[in-house]
Amino acid sequence: MSVQKETVAHHDIGESPEGAQRAIARPAAPGAKTSVQTRHILFVALLALALFIPAFTKNFVVFQLTQTMVYAIAIVGLNLLTGFNGQFSLGHSAFYAVGAYTAAIMMEQMGVSYVWTLPAAGILCFILGFLFGLPALRLEGVYLALATFALAAATPQILKLSPLEQWTGGVQGIVITKPDAPFGLPLNQDQWLYYFTLIVGLILYLAARNLVTSRTGRALMAIRDNPIAARSMGVNTSLYKASAFGLSALYTGVAGALGAIIVQFVAPDSFTLTLSIGFLVGLVVGGVGWLPGALFGGAFLLFVPNIAENISKGLSGAVYGLLLILLIYVMPSGVAGFLQMIVSKARGGAK
Amino acid sequence: MELFTQQVLAGIATGAIYACMALAVVMIYQAINHLNFAQGEMAMFSTFIAWQFLEWGLPYWLAFILTVIVSFVAGVAIERVVFKPIENAPVLSHVVIFIALYSVINSAAGFIWDFTVKSFPSPFGSSPLFGSSLISAHQGGMVAVTLALLLLLYMFFSYTRVGLAMRAAAANPASARLVGIRVSWMTALGWGMAAALGSIAGMLIAPVVFLEPNMMISILLYGFAGAVLGGLTSPGGAVLGGFAVGVIENLAGTYIPVVGSELKLPIALVVIVVVLVFKPAGLFGRVVVSRV
Repeated sequence: MSVQKETVAHHDIGESPEGAQRAIARPAAPGAKTSVQTRHILFVALLALALFIPAFTKNFVVFQLTQTMVYAIAIVGLNLLTGFNGQFSLGHSAFYAVGAYTAAIMMEQMGVSYVWTLPAAGILCFILGFLFGLPALRLEGVYLALATFALAAATPQILKLSPLEQWTGGVQGIVITKPDAPFGLPLNQDQWLYYFTLIVGLILYLAARNLVTSRTGRALMAIRDNPIAARSMGVNTSLYKASAFGLSALYTGVAGALGAIIVQFVAPDSFTLTLSIGFLVGLVVGGVGWLPGALFGGAFLLFVPNIAENISKGLSGAVYGLLLILLIYVMPSGVAGFLQMIVSKARGGAK
Repeated sequence: MELFTQQVLAGIATGAIYACMALAVVMIYQAINHLNFAQGEMAMFSTFIAWQFLEWGLPYWLAFILTVIVSFVAGVAIERVVFKPIENAPVLSHVVIFIALYSVINSAAGFIWDFTVKSFPSPFGSSPLFGSSLISAHQGGMVAVTLALLLLLYMFFSYTRVGLAMRAAAANPASARLVGIRVSWMTALGWGMAAALGSIAGMLIAPVVFLEPNMMISILLYGFAGAVLGGLTSPGGAVLGGFAVGVIENLAGTYIPVVGSELKLPIALVVIVVVLVFKPAGLFGRVVVSRV
């Protein structure tokens, strides 16, 4: 089967440059066929919209949008691991927690500026993720799911341990003061954090996009599609897989640090398995293997439970589940697959 | 030494619960090649149905049999209604549907029967077994039922036509279809059997942990762990894995300081992960060799 697929892909590359691009951005990239120009225009338009939103909306909405972006960053991280490298993780709440606690401890107990907590959280999580990725090399599929799951299950308990209480604050957690806008900018705290998150998110997104389309990205995807073939072509699979884990943890850790700063509070019970499962749901809703999908996933994660609660208080869990099932029915491959279908339909109609 | 023996016995008693669940987990894994996150909730819902039958005054064994039948039908129905339409969707979409089902069933059970804890009768009574205070008659009965189920399943999968067809359908759907097996119905049958097994597990577990909508969450986790430890392709391994998890959990709680009851689950999981690093297919699992 896979041999056949590969020949087809090679054929494409030989035929046209467009085919080559499609073969690289393989899984459900709705933009793959639209011209680069349209995509750039769309990107700039969205960015302009994002820049002006806080001027017209209430603080609470601004806060919600910031939270959406934070989740989206974490989902991009998970996407790099699952969507592009084919490794499954239920343990990302652990990295999110490490990021959040790094930010909280540095800001409140060491008096470090919030800006510097992000690189610190990122680097720490990269190291942890890389180290965790090493034993995970031997595990695949459900076995890897269980191993990462162990990480998620252990996290809240470890954070509560009494020897660590002087740093983590035990069950009580840590309260964080919100930073003010710098340089005397005429923004309130929520608005400033919105822009701050937007900038960080943009940098991370562009970095991820470049990574995915680079030689490294192709190596990651080759490992996902056929590890043995990738190895025989000279890809150091162990190094790449562990690095993918580290990088994915880095994104999630930065998201955790940002999340802690905007919520102004960290406590062990915010970082349970539910959060990990949430990231996974967000990933699938947005589209596995399509980076911009993370925004849709983040929005789903934040808003749909509230919507479900509004529809029925007693049955909110059931409503949430039904909405999720409905969504998968309508878009089996997430928003990415759905957009791709619309684009190809429109194209078919135009002809 | 006496403490050790006691803890091992207590571990086997709790392990019986996990073994029961692990068996149901492996069952569905054989049929659909996924871990079903909603499995615990399905078992919980079945147990509530049994409780409702008992409330209506039915005798225990009649309620028991009715529940198993209802669960079987419900399992088949879930496969037909929810999973058949999206059988070609990506794997992760299926995982998300499991999560959705989990949420729906949990919420529905809480809505219908509310979240107060209910007690559930045991068919074996709760007197101590052989005068030992460590294992009660109910726990002894549970171990016996689990082993009997294991034997039945073994016979079913090894010697009956349907059982062999199910294995073929799971192992190689394309070839199975070519020799005339209705693969899609085999999957549905697998769901039904897993639901039925889950209901038995639920009814056996409920007298120990009490009945409420969240009763299965941690048990399912231990069940998964047991199944993975033993090897997802081996029902016998899963049962043994379930017992092992119970024992490991108890010993870790007793002998490792700082651990206490809070860290029992992580420790048990870490042990399993370490085992998996050395034996990636589980202790008794078949190593799958795929052609490239």
